[in-house]
Amino acid sequence: MRKQFQVFLRLGLLFLLIALTINPLWAVRSIILATTTSTVDSGLLDALIPPFEKQTGIKVKVIGVGSGMALEMGRRGEADILLVHSPKDEEKFMAEGNGTSRRAVMHNDFVLLGPSNDPASAAASKSIGEAFKKIAAAGSLFVSRGDKSGTHAKELSLWPDADAIISNQCYIETGQGMGATLLIADQKNAYTLADRATYLSFKNRIKLVILREGDKPLLNPYHMIEVNPKRHPKVKADGAKRFADFISSPAAKKLIANFGKERFGGPIFILDYD
Amino acid sequence: MISQDVIAIIITTLQVSGTALLISILVGVSLGVFVALHEFPARKLVIGVINTGMGLPPVVVGLLVLLFLWRGGPLGFFNLIYTPAAMIIAQVILATPIIAGLTLAAIQSVPQKYKWQAEALGAQGWQKAWLLIRETRLSLFAAVMAGFGGIISEVGAVMMVGGNIKGQTRVMTTAIVLESQRGEIELAVLLGLLLLALSFSVNLGLTLIQQRARQV
Repeated sequence: MRKQFQVFLRLGLLFLLIALTINPLWAVRSIILATTTSTVDSGLLDALIPPFEKQTGIKVKVIGVGSGMALEMGRRGEADILLVHSPKDEEKFMAEGNGTSRRAVMHNDFVLLGPSNDPASAAASKSIGEAFKKIAAAGSLFVSRGDKSGTHAKELSLWPDADAIISNQCYIETGQGMGATLLIADQKNAYTLADRATYLSFKNRIKLVILREGDKPLLNPYHMIEVNPKRHPKVKADGAKRFADFISSPAAKKLIANFGKERFGGPIFILDYD
Repeated sequence: MISQDVIAIIITTLQVSGTALLISILVGVSLGVFVALHEFPARKLVIGVINTGMGLPPVVVGLLVLLFLWRGGPLGFFNLIYTPAAMIIAQVILATPIIAGLTLAAIQSVPQKYKWQAEALGAQGWQKAWLLIRETRLSLFAAVMAGFGGIISEVGAVMMVGGNIKGQTRVMTTAIVLESQRGEIELAVLLGLLLLALSFSVNLGLTLIQQRARQV
């Protein structure tokens, strides 16, 4: 028993030693990219980041959170660069002097999903605004992300009276990501707003169908923001700039434009450079 | 079916939770034995804190560790946020009270007679502690298994402080969350089954040592 314990102890110390020696390796030059769950979930960043890391030797730590949290991380200097889709909040972020540059990168689009029998007849509307008005008027079940993400912000902007709807019984907030929210909406046979990439990933598993698409307000522009290093000296402005430049390079543009053909049967993001 | 990525995730899981478990055992068992065998002021308060710690909500631990380790946080200069080290810290905070609390209960349940006997035979300090650890080894193995169960299955804290970064801090639980959000249900289920298998084999290994200890 004593011998066993000693072996155990030695193994433990060995592990500790290994952990401590590996530690400096974790601290190699790296930048933190705070972005939205939709870009992570779609797999786009898995395609974009390896070539950048190979080219520059800078590791990118991708943190997938809601746009609200991503902007907050930028405001606190906890991220070096942001890739977000919440234009109004981004403008406020820039106006407060939290960022040094903001570039348009790409857009994808949102689709209004609902049960195929469309009880609120949202599909037969003149505009997306009217479709939301009809859903509110009919008192049909609507499932919202409710997580301060870009998708959530977009959805709130489409209601005729957002304050009234969120206190309504037929409005459900999941507080979760797009995938989980889609599945809940499907189980409840409710309406929901989803980004196209997530919808396409789940298309074969859900019964909900697209009721509206292509309306201008449904376009979802992504911007890349470099965080202001003057506010927070720890922000790695140099690495952030190199990443932003990389994303604007022809090679990255090609990757973005072609992304999704294999998995989703068509491109998910459309280039949007300034 | 089991790709390079999945293997990397399993290795990270083992490294993070294995290191966290070993640190928690060293700290938790020492703390439990110390508190069980010593009288000091506020001892009951300390025991109360340990027992509360056994049920710490992982997301709260995650949030606190995040705030401490962020660049702007009090410990930000270590540059540990979004690294496996940050995940190990969160898991140690979760597992240590579980192991300490169960150790404490085990040592306290040893009959007073045995403790006197040990002392009468001349066992003091470290020797006495060691005798008691040996005496309660079955319970201590159970404590280790409980601690392991608490951290291998945990997702909220490691997601927050690790960031679920591919190839760096992605572990099995966070990968399962991601893949189920992505709609890759088959992969999520596969990872779930692998996690169960991993947990089972570790516990089986510990159980075998534990049951062998019973016969010694």
